[in-house]
Amino acid sequence: MQAPTRQPFPELNTPAAEVNAAPMDTAKPLPGGASRKLCATDLNFYYGSFQALKSISMEIFANQVTAFIGPSGCGKSTFLRTLNRMNETVRNSRVEGKILLDDVNILEQEVAYVRRRVGMVFQRSNPFPKSIFDNIAYGPRINGTVANRAALREKVEQSLRRAALWDEVKDKLNQSAYGLSGGQQQRLCIARALAVDPEVLLLDEPCSALDPIATAKIEDLIFQLKGSCTIVIVTHNMQQAARVADNTGFFLLGSLIEFDNTAVIFKNPSKKETEDYVTGRFG
Amino acid sequence: MTNLHTLRRKTVNVVMLTVTGLCTFFAAGTLVYILGYLFVHGATSLSWDFFTKLPTPVGESGGGMANAIVGSGKLLLLASVFGIPIGFLGGVYLAEFGGNTFAYIIRYVTDLLNGVPSIVIGIFAYTIIVLPQKHFSMLAGGLALGVMMIPIAVRSSEEFLRAVPNSLREGAMALGASKAKAIVTVVIPAAKNGIMTGIMLNLARVAGETAPLLFTSFGNRYWSPGWEQPISALPVMIFTYAIAPYEDWHKQAWAAGFVLLALVLTVNVIARAVLSNKKHVAR
Repeated sequence: MQAPTRQPFPELNTPAAEVNAAPMDTAKPLPGGASRKLCATDLNFYYGSFQALKSISMEIFANQVTAFIGPSGCGKSTFLRTLNRMNETVRNSRVEGKILLDDVNILEQEVAYVRRRVGMVFQRSNPFPKSIFDNIAYGPRINGTVANRAALREKVEQSLRRAALWDEVKDKLNQSAYGLSGGQQQRLCIARALAVDPEVLLLDEPCSALDPIATAKIEDLIFQLKGSCTIVIVTHNMQQAARVADNTGFFLLGSLIEFDNTAVIFKNPSKKETEDYVTGRFG
Repeated sequence: MTNLHTLRRKTVNVVMLTVTGLCTFFAAGTLVYILGYLFVHGATSLSWDFFTKLPTPVGESGGGMANAIVGSGKLLLLASVFGIPIGFLGGVYLAEFGGNTFAYIIRYVTDLLNGVPSIVIGIFAYTIIVLPQKHFSMLAGGLALGVMMIPIAVRSSEEFLRAVPNSLREGAMALGASKAKAIVTVVIPAAKNGIMTGIMLNLARVAGETAPLLFTSFGNRYWSPGWEQPISALPVMIFTYAIAPYEDWHKQAWAAGFVLLALVLTVNVIARAVLSNKKHVAR
């Protein structure tokens, strides 16, 4: 069974040493006219002596939705969290390899700068114990990206509109964010991430604690956002990956088993493990 | 046989229920008795003069303890200046940066300091301030009370900071905040209510301390001329007046005890109300 469409990763099947010897050619034309936004090369990640990611190489395309699927503990969240270097907050962790964001290795950049460009939304919504307004304004304030109060107000409104939350909260911006429902809180966290104008938005199982209606709203939002943002989403829900993602990567035991067009992954995977997982035979 | 067994079980039940019930009654009853006794003796001895006038010489009736009430306030203020910054920042270190062997040692030492008898802390302040200066002073009393505040301030600040979910720290850092900025702008505000409550309870506790003041701030029958001079405090006044052989001094001591207890109780009740009425409850 061979994947019929594009094969962006011929180097996946080659040993790590060869990949290192022949670094990715950034001038290579990409299939479908998509441009490369993020590119991980031979990425290893360790929690102490445990190797959580084994030589991951992957390209993530601009203005597309990329989903990571796989059983619990397969490394998909770990990989997501290395993309904005959140994993470095874990004690005794270590990362090897390269992650290019527009041709610049983020592992050699200032962390705060990387995280401004690569935003993140977590599994459980985590609004700050502040008002709705102050939650959204947090990023612009600490990064000093808005000139004055009027600009800040505008930024807050714009971010809430982008997260499709404005109409629901515009009359209670000064109330506590904890008064919102679970789904609203998660969209608030998305709006908060959008307020610093990230180029990439990482979503770590954003719907796992939400009911189907709230989930549908988040998925609609993902469709709208990909026009202005590159989106990477980790999900346990394979239907969700099939619904929202352009490309899907399947992780198993710290390795990227297969990465391809979502339709290919779900209908015509080239690897036995992928097929077993997406058809529900294990995991 | 069965009946005997049942009878034995029922007897043990009745006896244990009675014993535990009586012990509970005595535990709670002691407080009620103290409160009631103090109320009867203290409230009846209380007059407006108590709050506005200076103590009178022996043999002259009337007078009050205005200087001791103000003195206690000033001592607590000075103690806060010493104890709260050290305790709070120590707690921040233990909660946010600790976790290694050094933090374990600090935590252990803090607990030991908490167990040091208050009179020993009085001797400490006496040795480092009173002896070199060769006179008692408000400075020495404030320092002694401040040292007494440190361990509880450290541990209560640490506890409340630890209770702030890690997801909030991650959320702030994912928006480009440094660890220090995340602590200052998100974690400490989230724990603010708890930390303030801990400080209030801490103040209420040291407000009643007598032993560390006996040979540091010493006492003063007049308004204290300055922080380098002896100053009067309510608990010391109670001690002095209660062991004096004059009937009207005993009445003053009861009144002082009542005022002190009322203040401490009020602070306790307010602090606990604040703590239980959290507007922003972080999950």
